[in-house]
Amino acid sequence: MFSYIVRKLLLAIPLLIGVITLIFGLIELSPGDATDRFFTPETPPEVRELIEQKWGLDKPAGHRYLLMIGNLVRGDFGRSIFQERPVFDIIFEALPNTILLSLVSLLIIQFVGITLGTIQAMRQYTPSDAGISVVSLFFYSMPRFWLALMLQLIFALMWPILPSSGMTDAVMHDYMTPFQQFLDYCKHLILPGCALGIASAAGIARYMRSSLLEVIRQDYIRTARAKGLSETTITVKHGMRNALLPIITILGLQLPFLFSGSVLVETIFAWPGMGRLIVEAIFTQDTPVIIGCFFVMTLLVVAGNLIADILYALVDPRIRYS
Amino acid sequence: MASDVPGTRKLGLVVPGLGHLAERQWIDGLALLSYLGILAWALLGGLGRFDALLFPPAEAGGFKIHPWVGVMSWVGWVALCWFMAWRYANPVVPHESDKSSNWKDFKKQFVKNRVGVFGMHLVGCLILLALVTPYVAPFDPDQIDVGGQRLAPQLGYLMGTDEFGRDVFSRVMYGARISLSIGFIAVSLSATIGTVVGAVAGYFGGAIDKALMWFVDLLLSMPRLVLLLAIVGFFRTSGAQSIFLIVVILGLTGWMGVSRIVRSQILSLKEQDFIQAGRALGLSNSRIIFKHLVPNALAPVIVYSSLAIGSTILVEAALSFLGLGVPPPTSTWGAIVNDGREYMRAAPWITISPGVMIVLAVMAFNLFGDGLRDAMDPKLRGR
Repeated sequence: MFSYIVRKLLLAIPLLIGVITLIFGLIELSPGDATDRFFTPETPPEVRELIEQKWGLDKPAGHRYLLMIGNLVRGDFGRSIFQERPVFDIIFEALPNTILLSLVSLLIIQFVGITLGTIQAMRQYTPSDAGISVVSLFFYSMPRFWLALMLQLIFALMWPILPSSGMTDAVMHDYMTPFQQFLDYCKHLILPGCALGIASAAGIARYMRSSLLEVIRQDYIRTARAKGLSETTITVKHGMRNALLPIITILGLQLPFLFSGSVLVETIFAWPGMGRLIVEAIFTQDTPVIIGCFFVMTLLVVAGNLIADILYALVDPRIRYS
Repeated sequence: MASDVPGTRKLGLVVPGLGHLAERQWIDGLALLSYLGILAWALLGGLGRFDALLFPPAEAGGFKIHPWVGVMSWVGWVALCWFMAWRYANPVVPHESDKSSNWKDFKKQFVKNRVGVFGMHLVGCLILLALVTPYVAPFDPDQIDVGGQRLAPQLGYLMGTDEFGRDVFSRVMYGARISLSIGFIAVSLSATIGTVVGAVAGYFGGAIDKALMWFVDLLLSMPRLVLLLAIVGFFRTSGAQSIFLIVVILGLTGWMGVSRIVRSQILSLKEQDFIQAGRALGLSNSRIIFKHLVPNALAPVIVYSSLAIGSTILVEAALSFLGLGVPPPTSTWGAIVNDGREYMRAAPWITISPGVMIVLAVMAFNLFGDGLRDAMDPKLRGR
């Protein structure tokens, strides 16, 4: 097991270098760079040279590439051209917020998806099965950004029970007791968490339904039934255990989709996370921030897959990695 | 032989769909009637405007291809409706010596699954609407202030008007054309790339396989939307941002799933006897791959692609929503949602209507794709 984890982590290194190389190459191929916004057509060429020198843009691409890789290995992400701060600080201000949002929506995905899928499988071919199928297909086909806007419209504008954006109350947060602050965070998390999670939850419900249906046809379930166990005990204690195994792997693979979704959801709900950061960085062509974001995101995706692998082995004793 | 076909089916020859309804084939019957409804709508909507649309005066921009495509598809679709009704009234009785082919078996299975058929007809309605858009949409999508700004939905402006006084319904209709064609073209591109990469990786194996699959892993480990944003964002400044660029980039970032599917298919196919025979005959590698292996691996690619169209429409809408999709003033669904965002409290219809269309379109492709998959995969039958 341990050697498996080490090998997976070692395999992540070329993957990371590949991602960084691809992004660097794309930036090099594209016209213009981040310093363009400092210039007007009247800027004297000496000033231009100085600014380019300051950011190291006068060096050839190969030199800059090697420099960048070297710095990344040492954990130095460089300085943001737009914000004039170390990229490391910027990213690690945004990262916890995104992880918080992702965890909340993962909880929603798991809870809603598994519950609905189980209900469907237990009542296969009944109106409730069909009804849940239709509703979950409806949400599955919905663009995340539109769902986010609709949630905002309904629960924040038309029927204002939840805050429409941000992470904390802009005015009152600093004057609250810790418990009130916690509640304030929770209130701000509900809408973005749902917007991010509901579409994936609908997908998980579909997987869960078919996975449970497959398990329920096996012999040991028939044995359990013959023992006279109640249908609920059979499904929850015997069926679910095995049906959940493939779901764990799928949850691990959800991470890239969650990041894609968080780009939209964070932009709409003004959530100060990685998604919003990378959109801003792309609009301002802030190369160091873009590279840093891709680096961290790829790292998290690899970590997510690895955690899913490990969990899979922990819950299923038949799986052995060597 | 023909005597046991009920005479009520002949009703369909008068109005396609009635024959199906008489036989309680609700989905097919209602679908045919919807097609007829859209066709009639286009005809009525075009009355008095045909001249202006087909032969626009030079100051209105001159010749345009869409109205002509609209007329041709109108005629074609009318013929298709009556052909389907005629086929239903005079069914082909299979001869006993006919062998059941895979294709026929597949068709039988697909038709059995009513949900899939429903999805297919929904896709058909959307395609038809997109084709005859110039006659269905009452206004030019870019015409400003057709009746006033931010009017609520009402007769004449079915989905209201936006902040410039453009008719949202017309913009949504024209947006359907853009979104659907981007979906189709981008998915065909990615299916082609994915098939070639998967076939090459699966057939040659070894280092080529390892390298290609490593590259697939690399692309899959980046969130697709973020990668797309980055690419479009980088090249935006070059003035190349256009429908063409968006389609190519969507195609280039969507092929990884197909390549994995094709590779696994090829891996099992290449050990079979007919490929051994091909090798013994001295056929070239490219001939074996493209003439013998790929055609046998194509079925799951088609299923995957029909599902991928839905997700491609979603991704394109997201790009347009962030302002990095097809550049304005071209109306796409995502861009209309973005236009309406600022006025969400005062004029929510601008945001709501294109979103409903996206859900409808993606749902249609998902239902259709699910139906195809269930018909293709014998394991899933009867579930």
